[in-house]
Amino acid sequence: MDLSLFLELAINGALSGLMYSLVALGIVLIYKSSSVPNLAQGALAMLGAFVTLAVFEALKAPMWVALPVAMVLMFLIGMGIERVALRRLAGRPLVMILMMTLALDIFLRAAALVVWGGTNRVLPLPISSDPLFLGDVLINRSYVAGGVTALLLFGFFVLFFRTRMGIVLRAISDDYTASWSVGISVERGVALSWAMSAAVATLAGALWGSIQGVDQSLSQLLLMGVAVAVLGGLDSIGGAIVAGLLLGMFQGVASGYLDRLVGGGSRELVVAATLVLTILIRPHGLFGREDIQRI
Amino acid sequence: MFYRQAGIHHTTYRGDRQLFPIPFDRWQLAVLLALALAAPMLLSSLYMKSYVLPWLIWTAAALGLNLILGWAGQFHFGYAAIMGIGAYTAVHATRNGIPFEIAIVLAGAVATLIGCAFAITALRVRGLYLALSTLALQFVMDWVINKVPAVSGGTQATIQAPPLRLLGIKVASDAGLYYVVLVWCVLVTIFMLNLRRTGLGRALVAVREKDFAAAVIGVNSFYYKLVAFAMSYFIGGISGAILIFTFYHAVTPEQFAVNVSIQVLAMVIVGGLGSVIGCYFGVAFILLLPGIVANLIFAGAQALDLKIGIELLAHIPSFLYGILIIGFLLFEPMGLAKIYTNMRNYLIFWPFGYARK
Repeated sequence: MDLSLFLELAINGALSGLMYSLVALGIVLIYKSSSVPNLAQGALAMLGAFVTLAVFEALKAPMWVALPVAMVLMFLIGMGIERVALRRLAGRPLVMILMMTLALDIFLRAAALVVWGGTNRVLPLPISSDPLFLGDVLINRSYVAGGVTALLLFGFFVLFFRTRMGIVLRAISDDYTASWSVGISVERGVALSWAMSAAVATLAGALWGSIQGVDQSLSQLLLMGVAVAVLGGLDSIGGAIVAGLLLGMFQGVASGYLDRLVGGGSRELVVAATLVLTILIRPHGLFGREDIQRI
Repeated sequence: MFYRQAGIHHTTYRGDRQLFPIPFDRWQLAVLLALALAAPMLLSSLYMKSYVLPWLIWTAAALGLNLILGWAGQFHFGYAAIMGIGAYTAVHATRNGIPFEIAIVLAGAVATLIGCAFAITALRVRGLYLALSTLALQFVMDWVINKVPAVSGGTQATIQAPPLRLLGIKVASDAGLYYVVLVWCVLVTIFMLNLRRTGLGRALVAVREKDFAAAVIGVNSFYYKLVAFAMSYFIGGISGAILIFTFYHAVTPEQFAVNVSIQVLAMVIVGGLGSVIGCYFGVAFILLLPGIVANLIFAGAQALDLKIGIELLAHIPSFLYGILIIGFLLFEPMGLAKIYTNMRNYLIFWPFGYARK
């Protein structure tokens, strides 16, 4: 076994895993506050990438201006989605809520097709495409940027959940009814978590969009996001980061070696297998709270 | 008025428990069945082939999913994978010379076996986690069908289904294929209608309402969940096989991808959970309405001389499909079945609405 190849697969895998953590973070944020498993997170990321591109073209501003503007827009869109679609479903059976997020996914993808068309577009993030050399290991610069962003966001959320608003969100995730009775506006808290999650999805979408181009296939980030979120524990922000690292590394190495045996495409299998095994062996994930599921 | 209840007094338990206590329902059903039998004569072959046929097959499939979702109250997000297993089994079996009648039973059996092997492990968890693990089943199945050449015949391959032969007679006419589908759909419907009148159906409903409570009154919830999955997988496997033999005539992996699973789920939910007639409505809505509305928009745009791009027009159906599901979840979460029941209850007393209790 070639060590430098192994290292290359592992490091690039870990960094891309951190980028998947960006999608998972959004799922975790929403699940934490409202127990809604958001299966539209991939579509949100896709929408974020499209909005970034639209802002970039409309303002003709540099990317470092366009991206924050797009994040603010998506913040509002996320709030709107919660207000229009999810708030009325509070307390309904889980299957309705899951179906709603799936329907949102279908709707957002179709809306993006209607508005922006189906062609793959380039999203020019100012990241050079030359690889980064670390000894004789080649590392993709976009992955480094994504990994750093994920870690920064993790730091931000660790701090955020210690602010007043963050404590309010934690209270909501702890107990809906108790939060209501002490005067916390649960609706506003949940709306805020959707808004933040949409903003995070914008970052994920823009980063992935700069790597693979912006089109509807960005919404397929969902499967990875869900796998990472479940592996880390659906209500643990730190878990999303650690699980992203682990799963990315595992996936990178496994597909690097397996692809030659089965003729490509083993990534999805690794992800699906991880998802099933996590659910069967440890449904609450690595760092999730144990009481969330299991008879 | 039509649903005349006056003078209907059941004096035996048997009479009270029958499937259609109101005679009008029986007449209505007989007329509908006669219409269904005469449909090939009444409708043009284009309508039969492109609307009625898929409508009936998908209804059978949706009824199968409704057994899990509506009766047993468990989630299944990978139903298309099960239909795919059935379809591939039947196609490979008939290509190897096994008669169609045996091949579809085999399709159901293989789908049940593979599905249950998975369900035995997956049913240890509930709720969201069951939903996610069935979603993972879908991805694993997609991968297996795509990547194992023995199943799919190589990457991106299409396997032609042999012509349908029943008892040695080749069924090739549109009407013949339609009757095959009709028989299957009616069989599944009769099964589902009667299921709720049996002890098994009541046990499933008990598990749906609360599995702890069901366990307390002596219903083994794991066993009944597994039975529900097995029955539903059998129906799904055969529906998938019939879908290929009568409608697509060739099988490719994309016909059973994850978006198809979501589509069947949408049919069940739009139709109404746990409702047989709702499945018929839901499938018609999801399958036919987006296309019809898109055609209307196209006609309207032509009449008003508006320019609508081809690409835009092509995406309108899936756009409407999303809006349709969101709209139903928000405004009529009980689905079309609830609307139907409301109308029926109104008509039962019409024009003597004041007589309602």
